[in-house]
Formats: sequence, C-alpha cells, structure tokens
Amino acid sequence: MIPRPKPERFRLRRTMIFMSAQKPGLIKDAYIYGVDSIMLDLEDAVAENQKDAARFSLYHALKTIDYGDTEVIVRINGLDTPHWQEDIRVCVAGGADGIRIAKCESAQDVHTVEAAVLAAEKEFGVEEGRTLLMAALESPKGILNAYEICSASDRMFGVAISGGDFRKCMQTKFQPDGVDMLVARGQMLLAARAAGVQCFDTVFTNLNDEEGYRAEVMQNKAMGFDGKSLINPKQIRLVHELFAPTEKEIVQAEKIVRAYREQSAAGVGVFTVDGKMIDIAFIPGAERTLKLARACGLYEGDLV
Amino acid sequence: MQILKPAVAGTLESSDLMVTLEPGTDGIELSLTSSVMNQYGRQIKKTVLETLERLEVKDAKVTVVDKGALDCTIKARVECAVLRSCDKADKNIDWGGVIR
Repeated sequence: MIPRPKPERFRLRRTMIFMSAQKPGLIKDAYIYGVDSIMLDLEDAVAENQKDAARFSLYHALKTIDYGDTEVIVRINGLDTPHWQEDIRVCVAGGADGIRIAKCESAQDVHTVEAAVLAAEKEFGVEEGRTLLMAALESPKGILNAYEICSASDRMFGVAISGGDFRKCMQTKFQPDGVDMLVARGQMLLAARAAGVQCFDTVFTNLNDEEGYRAEVMQNKAMGFDGKSLINPKQIRLVHELFAPTEKEIVQAEKIVRAYREQSAAGVGVFTVDGKMIDIAFIPGAERTLKLARACGLYEGDLV
Repeated sequence: MQILKPAVAGTLESSDLMVTLEPGTDGIELSLTSSVMNQYGRQIKKTVLETLERLEVKDAKVTVVDKGALDCTIKARVECAVLRSCDKADKNIDWGGVIR
C-alpha cells in the first residue's frame, strides 16, 4: 500500500493528462512521463457497461502504484448519472489527491460533490478536507456561473474548460485562432483569478497538427492559464518548454526583486531598472516568475 | 460469495486479463493461460486463488486469460467478475474491507 502525502491545494500544474481508468496498460506506469498531474478518467473514456470494472481497476492502481510527485486526480461521472456517488467513494477510499467534477454548472453542484466527499472521508477514515476538488466547465451556464463555482469551496484548486462539449453547445467548432472560445476562456480566467484558484485550458485533439498545437499553447500562456489538459504524452514537453520563463525573464525578475528590496529598505517607493519604471505592483509578477523558474529547475537563487 | 450466474471482467489487451466465472459445484476449477506463463504462472494462480478465497468463493469454474497483468490488475478483474456474478458490482462496494 502506498499512502500518498496530503495533497497541496496550490502546486505546479502545467500539464494534466487524461487516461482511462479502465486501461491497466495506461495507468500502471503513468508516472514515468514527468507530467504534473494525471487525470484518471471514470467518465467519457469508460464505456457505460464498464463503469464498475473501471472503479476496481482505479482502486487497486491508487493503492498499489507509487506515482511519486505526480498528482493523481480522478474525473468522476456527471451528477446526472447513476455513477457519481460510487465514483466519489472509490476516489476517497483509494486516496486520490483530487476529484474533477464533470459538467459543473453551479456552486450547488460543487456543494453536492463536497457533501458526498466529506461523507466518504468519514466512512473510510480519511482526514477530513484532504480530498481536493476542481470543476470542468462544459456549458454556457457553467461559464456564466464560473465565479460562484470557483469560490464555492475551500477544497477547490481550479477550473478547466472542456472544449468539445462547450463548442457543441455554442454551435461552433474548433478555430485555429481560438475565436470560438475566446470569451469563454477569458470569462473563466477572470473568475478563477478573482476567486484565487488555478485555471486550465482544454485539450488539443489533432495530434498531427504540431503547428496548431504550438499556437494554442502559446495563446494559453499569453492569456494567463496555469496549465493545459492533454490527451497524449507527446504533448507534455512543449507545454513545459513554453510555460517555463525564458532566461531573460528570469534575470529581469531577479533584478527587479533585488532592487525592490534594496530600495524599499532605503525608503524609496518607485525607481527604475534598466530604464523601466518599477514599483510595488511589479513585485508579485517578478516573484511568480522566479517561483515558476525554480519549479522548472531553472532558478537556484534565494530570493523566493 | 456464491457464484450465481456467469460473469466476465477484463479485456485481452496487453497488461490486462480476462476473467470468466461460471457457477460450479466442485470447489474452484481454475483454467489459466498466460502470455508470461513460464515466468509468472504460479504467481498469477496464487493471486487469483487468494482473491477468490478473500471473497469467500467456494465453488466456481474460473477461466483466466492473462496478457501480462500486474497483481493489482488481477485482483481488480477477479473482484469485479465475482461481484458482477452476484449483481453487486455497481454500488456500496466495501473498499478497503473485503476489496483490498
């Protein structure tokens, strides 16, 4: 039995890869890819008549396989199915780090899941509050209620948009420039930042379109996403590469933080670094750059 | 548990196994084939029998076709097949109790 450490609500989650919990060949060695989180799927990747089998497979994988630093999240079936309650019991009993609520549309949906999670934690003697939650927004209603969903629980660490279902609802399809989901991504990011939780983009499904994939990941970074959902291990590396701060950004951030500490100690509030005005508003961003650089193994200094 | 009706769990994909259970009257009659029979046949048999014993299955015809599954997968498939044969695989599973 491999007891996992208590999950961290906020940690590095650049990449989150989907894997069917029903496929032993996939889930037995998913920790080798270096992905930040794996998403063991009980929902769409599992056929309706194999929902039970997937839970047994999931339970023993969680109890037996040492996933190390890789976070283990489980996507449960929607609240409109007969499956979600047993899904929650097995996740909690197996000690999953977190649960992804599919097709989440309101704070009430989060509360419903949270109540079942708490009941399962009591039933299986798991520390109360251990199991984290995230929500998948898959409909216009989910996007419109993003803020109440993001702020519905102390267990919530983030939200993700699910492109396939969302585009279907909006009667549109994938566009290379992202205009099909621009407003939804923006609204979800606003809500997540306002509530202080993380925000993840949808999957990119055309594995042969490398240029399109790169463009979408770059747009994700530019918009301020924390990470991206993936369907194939070969998609991991590019996200880690593009989300990492550049050397120039790291050097600049280091200069800003160091100068700020010196100047504020001397009683100065606004000053210049390399000809650019710097005041306290720039400091959180610079510190975040250094923290991300450290997490990516690119910074070993002592400023953060 | 008593095997009430035939039940199947698992697939023939690599790293998986397929377990078929039928009602029996003369103890556990196990038929095992495996792609790694020479290396792991005894271990697979042991895991299957231990799991059946834990679930208190006394009489059954058991057919296992293994494709190189780990022990945790063997347990998962045997348990699922047994509970399916009793129509108890869908809810209120005794996670951490008899299922472990």
